Amino acid sequence: MTRSLTAPRTLFGLGMTALSGLFVVIALVPLLAVLFYVTLQGANLLSWEVLTELVPPAGVSAGGIGNALLGTLIMVGIAALISVPIGVIAAIFLSEFGSNEPMSNWIRFATNVLSGVPSIVIGVFAYGILVVPLGTFSALAGGVALSLLMLPIVVRTAEEALKLVPDELRQASVGLGARRFQTVFGVVLPAAMPALITGVMLAIARASGESAPLLFTALFSQYWPQGLLEPTPSLAVLIYNYAIIPFAYQQNLAWTAAFILITIVLLTSIASRLTMWRR
Amino acid sequence: MVTDAANPPEAEPIIRTNGMSVYYGSFLAVRNVFLEIPKHHVVALIGPSGCGKSTVLRCFNRLNDLIQGARVEGKITFHDVDLYDPKIDPVEVRRRIGMVFQKPNPFPKSIYENIAFGARINGFRGSLDELVEQSLRKAALWDEVKDKLKQSGQALSGGQQQRLCIARAIALTPDVLLMDEPASSLDPISTMRIEDLIKELKQDYTIIIVTHNMQQASRVSDRTAFFNAELTEKGNRFGYLVEYDKTETIFRSPQQKATKDYVSGRFG
Repeated sequence: MTRSLTAPRTLFGLGMTALSGLFVVIALVPLLAVLFYVTLQGANLLSWEVLTELVPPAGVSAGGIGNALLGTLIMVGIAALISVPIGVIAAIFLSEFGSNEPMSNWIRFATNVLSGVPSIVIGVFAYGILVVPLGTFSALAGGVALSLLMLPIVVRTAEEALKLVPDELRQASVGLGARRFQTVFGVVLPAAMPALITGVMLAIARASGESAPLLFTALFSQYWPQGLLEPTPSLAVLIYNYAIIPFAYQQNLAWTAAFILITIVLLTSIASRLTMWRR
Repeated sequence: MVTDAANPPEAEPIIRTNGMSVYYGSFLAVRNVFLEIPKHHVVALIGPSGCGKSTVLRCFNRLNDLIQGARVEGKITFHDVDLYDPKIDPVEVRRRIGMVFQKPNPFPKSIYENIAFGARINGFRGSLDELVEQSLRKAALWDEVKDKLKQSGQALSGGQQQRLCIARAIALTPDVLLMDEPASSLDPISTMRIEDLIKELKQDYTIIIVTHNMQQASRVSDRTAFFNAELTEKGNRFGYLVEYDKTETIFRSPQQKATKDYVSGRFG
């Protein structure tokens, strides 16, 4: 009955446990390395001024990332305003009304394809339908491009969230004489809310870090955003622009922007986890 | 097949089935049921698993409409109106025939909102506070929850949850209350409280209760319908009504051998 440490299967088991532990560490290394290095490089310039001042032109060693931060918030906000209602209502159709219809499978398929479209292609698309006709790069075009990126994430996470609601609750509601929309909006949707919010936050985290869809839709600018139909700066594009020019201050700003971006993504992810835990 | 034609119930029937059969697609689930549910009585549906007693129950409030392919043949009348007439709105039916489910299923809302929900969707115009208190009192839950109406209904114990579900159903003042094994997931003490409640609610409502538990049927019901399952030539199981009579008769001197075997615990 005693455990023999030298038996082949015990050794094999210990070896495999050690191996899987090692690979967990290896998988975590990139994340920790990125967090560590970006914090190391990006945190030293961090100050209230840097967060609130205008982006300096190349060669000027003063200023901050304030307008890029604001631009990112504006465009992610536009994207959320477009993709969340459409995505959630589409998910309601998929989960509550059309779960047996052939069309639902086509919608799911289309959603999967959309989530696989490279973000640069989404940028080109938004350029074609908005930038060319309007004749200007704009926050609107950037927001629309980001919303296309968020839409499949919102649809899929929202559908999952709705499917997690137990059928007993739907039956209870129907048994009380609720009509279908009353069941969906009065019972199912509130019950799914925490999981829905998680999905939306994940989509927001994803969109706020994208640069490719913004490169030729929102472009960039050195000024505070003047309106939705003006070129608009963003953190992601700021990193892209300033990481590759030979001015130390601008490179430092790019690191700071990267640090802020990662912080935003981390905070939204943590917040979404918290809303799940609070259930 | 024995109907209760020879032994008519004293009270006026509120629900009547006339040769009712239920199909799921082409699959026959329950065959040719004749039942009369007298007003202000408790009627128990008993029988072994798969005999279709829950299926029959769910036809009375058209909850089977939710299942694709479910179909009812024959006639079910409620106050002499055909429940499956195309002109009937199933939503209106469910407002007048309430239901309590096997597993307590309060909404993830406050105790108050659990009861107010049904009233709100039905355009209730009175005082919600009063309705909530009355319903909880009728369900013998008021004293336990009156200080925590804002708390989630799902934080209650199983027995309390089930009484909340009963309160939620009677808040709509239905004529009939359907109960699908309402105590099967509860401990003996909670079960006893539910049974006491059923006896009290009989004053105001007609109750049809499905139960696995024969003692429960004999304790709470006035009339009992015994269902059994049989195999077709193709090997499908279907349920049918064997015997329907006063509960006392069903348990003391059943007319059918199958009933006698079942109530004496020889199978099922």
